[in-house]
Amino acid sequence: MGWFKNSFFSVEGKSVKVPQGLWVKCEHCAEIIYKKELERDLEVCPKCSYHFRLPAFERINMLFDKDTFEEFDPLVGPTDPLGFKDIKKYKDKIKSYQKKTGQKDALISGLGCINGRKVMTAVFDFAFMGGSMGAVVGEKITRVFERALDKRCGVITFTASGGARMQEGILSLMQMAKTAAAAGRLKEAGLPFISVLTDPTTGGVTASFAMLGDIIVAEPGALIGFAGPRVIAQTIKQTLPEGFQRAEYILEHGMIDMIVERKNMKESLGRLLEYLG
Amino acid sequence: MQRLDFESAVEKIEDKIERLKIASGQDKASTEEEIQKLEQKAAKILSNIYSKLTPWQITQVARHPQRPYTMDYIQNIFTEFMELHGDRCFSDDPAMLCGLAKFNGDPVVVMGQQKGRTIKEKVRYNFGMPHPEGFRKSLRIMELAERFSLPVFTFIDTPGAYPGVGAEERGQSEAIAANLMKMSGLRTPIISTVIGEGGSGGALAIGVADRVLMLEFATYSVISPEGCAAILWKDGTKGSLAANALKIDAASLLKSGVVDAVVPEPAGGAHRNPGDTFNNLKACLTEVFSEIKHTTVDKLVKNRYNKFRSLGLFTEE
Repeated sequence: MGWFKNSFFSVEGKSVKVPQGLWVKCEHCAEIIYKKELERDLEVCPKCSYHFRLPAFERINMLFDKDTFEEFDPLVGPTDPLGFKDIKKYKDKIKSYQKKTGQKDALISGLGCINGRKVMTAVFDFAFMGGSMGAVVGEKITRVFERALDKRCGVITFTASGGARMQEGILSLMQMAKTAAAAGRLKEAGLPFISVLTDPTTGGVTASFAMLGDIIVAEPGALIGFAGPRVIAQTIKQTLPEGFQRAEYILEHGMIDMIVERKNMKESLGRLLEYLG
Repeated sequence: MQRLDFESAVEKIEDKIERLKIASGQDKASTEEEIQKLEQKAAKILSNIYSKLTPWQITQVARHPQRPYTMDYIQNIFTEFMELHGDRCFSDDPAMLCGLAKFNGDPVVVMGQQKGRTIKEKVRYNFGMPHPEGFRKSLRIMELAERFSLPVFTFIDTPGAYPGVGAEERGQSEAIAANLMKMSGLRTPIISTVIGEGGSGGALAIGVADRVLMLEFATYSVISPEGCAAILWKDGTKGSLAANALKIDAASLLKSGVVDAVVPEPAGGAHRNPGDTFNNLKACLTEVFSEIKHTTVDKLVKNRYNKFRSLGLFTEE
């Protein structure tokens, strides 16, 4: 599959001069890791267990049974409702991220099987504008919930997002209401919704459907919160507690059900679906 | 009256009116005519200034320290207000004011973020920024409204949900998310009005309504102009650029379909003439409420879902 190759080799290769793509530096512990080893370990640092951020299709490939995944709505693409321009034009940013990721926007949705159980899914790609939720992401997630309702099927979402997409203004805020409302309908119908929070999940995504899962799972070390740590530190003018907003910290504070390592994710999700299915 | 920097053209006249009012004391008749004339002149100048405000200037009006706050609207539009406290879990958040009241004689539920005027009040109300317990209180009161078939009137005026350690530890995101989900299916009418600052998720958390109104010089935005500027322009002082780009004014919001109606403010903004502002809003609320109060609950909930479902522009080809 073409995308598989692209996604694996698209991250590195810019500033590295020695044999391209052979070695990767861990963002967390700065360890230099042999790329093949990192791949074998599902993009988890063998030294510090940091879970690298994953392109959406790479995650899908890791979790779904072979050849079961069917993508939904691949043609839904972004517009520029405000004619937004900061230092760069939003239109140009979209184009450059589309080129970089080969995707229309920051979310891939579809239907597939996890250990033989059918489930609908929405997977964020942080590499596309920080996984921000604009109209495309909001619409695709809403359609996943609505389709699941229609077909009496469960949903698993994998989030990695800085929050609402500012460049789409107020309409991006409204995606929070839209997705939360759709999640509510699924809940009412008694269909399972499992929310998997990966690094990072913040802002308008956390404060809408992502925190509404029947079960909320997080990857180890993932940053999860409403406000970003920098904003909080600036507001309270104090240093933040150790481990603040990390998956382990918010588990301790009762906000999520469990932390699951990437290597166990497929098996855990399969079991959860068995219980709730 | 604290004057904003773009209002200097009216300064002299307003000062003169003030002086005349003080000087006339008991003997009002002698200066009445002159004051009236001056007031008309001031209103004309102000209308002119306010007809051309930039989004950044509107932001300053929306945040004006003398602008009416939620409690002012409740006391002047509703009667027999009884405040209800607490989220039954952790505490009572003063930044989210909730209670029972009567609207044109009918029992209703009212709620909104509350700001303070004095320094002491500002601290008490946390500058209108609720903690999770504030949102959970509002959720509890909305559920109460649903059980007793009371319509809900919400008033939005917040820089945003509070970004703090405790707020995160107690689940700020979950609290907002729960409100969004509950409101989208709440089986009773909801009317929201953005009266001042509609700041992001903390505003939307009480804004998933059948009808959303907005005062003429209020703002409603996915992020504060300063916050947006800090991220996209890498410079928090570029708020005016961000305010322009984000289109956070009432006219833009009406056009986008997020807001259903804009409530006119008196010349020079709500803070110059709160009385007229209350009357204008009461008239609008009465009209809007009469539009939806006979709709069946099933239809109401369906329409509300579809209203928010339809927001967002994308291509599909």
